Amino acid sequence: MSLAHRIIPCLDTDGTRVVKGVNFVGLRDAGDPRALAARYNKEGADELVVLDIAASRDRRPTFLETIRRVAAELSIPLTAGGGIQTLEDGRAVVRAGADKVTVNTAAVARPELISELSREFGAQAVVLAIDAKRNGRHWDVMVRGGRESASRDVVEWAREGVSLGAGEILLTSVDRDGTQIGFDTELTREISEAVTVPVIASGGAKLPKHFVDIFKEGAADAALAASIFHDGVQPIRALKEFLFKNGVEVRWPC
Amino acid sequence: MKVTIIDYGAGNVPSVERALERLGAESERTSSPEDISRAQALLLPGVGHYSALARALDEQNLRAPLVEALRRGVPFLGICLGLQVLFESSAESPEMHGLSLLAGKVCALPSNVKLPHMGWNQIAMNRESQLLAGIDPSVYFYFAHSYAAPDSNGSTSATCFHGTSFAAVVEERNIYGVQFHPEKSGEAGSRLLHNFLRLAA
Repeated sequence: MSLAHRIIPCLDTDGTRVVKGVNFVGLRDAGDPRALAARYNKEGADELVVLDIAASRDRRPTFLETIRRVAAELSIPLTAGGGIQTLEDGRAVVRAGADKVTVNTAAVARPELISELSREFGAQAVVLAIDAKRNGRHWDVMVRGGRESASRDVVEWAREGVSLGAGEILLTSVDRDGTQIGFDTELTREISEAVTVPVIASGGAKLPKHFVDIFKEGAADAALAASIFHDGVQPIRALKEFLFKNGVEVRWPC
Repeated sequence: MKVTIIDYGAGNVPSVERALERLGAESERTSSPEDISRAQALLLPGVGHYSALARALDEQNLRAPLVEALRRGVPFLGICLGLQVLFESSAESPEMHGLSLLAGKVCALPSNVKLPHMGWNQIAMNRESQLLAGIDPSVYFYFAHSYAAPDSNGSTSATCFHGTSFAAVVEERNIYGVQFHPEKSGEAGSRLLHNFLRLAA
């Protein structure tokens, strides 16, 4: 009996529709968030993440409506984010039905945002999303959708985020994102061992073996992917069965 | 029968409402002492900091009507913090008082494991449980917490392990509590809520 490793589908949206792209560019439509949420809830996903990757202020109400529609389909936890800049933004997302809020660029600019959210909703509701890009022997924190370097070390920022009250790290390898060559196990292990909170690995997944590797080699607590689930390339139930048979503790059958 | 959900501002109230609605149960949310005194069945969801719940009980004058209703035998289900507040106090805010309906103090989980204890875990059933009736013992429930109630308590019917063993399900006459979130625990959670509704009917 121990904590299961989680499989988390991610819905990257433009506020309304699920979109997909490689290395954060070249977006195309990939479906209705509510329909996908209902499917993943039924197929045994352990949680769901929904992000507003456009994150424009004037389209915020549309995204909040998307969160409400997605939440109504779920009997599993929901994390939402993208463009969260203030405590009030976080409140709106929680009120719309999210259990957890992710913060990224705005938290790098103003780290107190993490403490403000954590004080109000508890550490378990605050997910610090970090986009990491390799730079020699280190990884740099990237902001603005992975396009700009914040000139900060990922390990150091992860530790600071946790000390400020983040209850989880959503770690995306910008180098691997969209490549489908596998998660960055080295990056993930380094962060997972550096912090006391769970780490969700993201970026680069395609094959079931990639998930075995990220749990066994990368010490991830959860693994996130998007298009391989949306396209039906990797059904969740079959993935969990594969993990189970390869000695990874998962919630299966589910 | 209608379930009265005590709404002190916790984030998980809407998902509890939706979970009850899917089971065909009627519910109302309230923060009024009068509604609590009149309730046929009570549900206290909770998530976040212990002090927010303990403070809300005092500031909104909910403590006395709640304790009185539970002593009178009104069926009660506490979720997460709603379980923790049944005990005497919590190390998360030692200066505040719990409801002291169950003996023992809520403690921090040990720091040699990742915290919060977040995700799906299995539970071990100690004894016959009405809440867990008909639920496969190997199922997983969704947890999200860093503090937990002691499993040494006589009312513990199932335990969970994360760094240490703690109370996952408590049952004492009409008082039920679960440390995990049944409203987020898929089929297994739905079945547990169904059991509570049947017990409360």
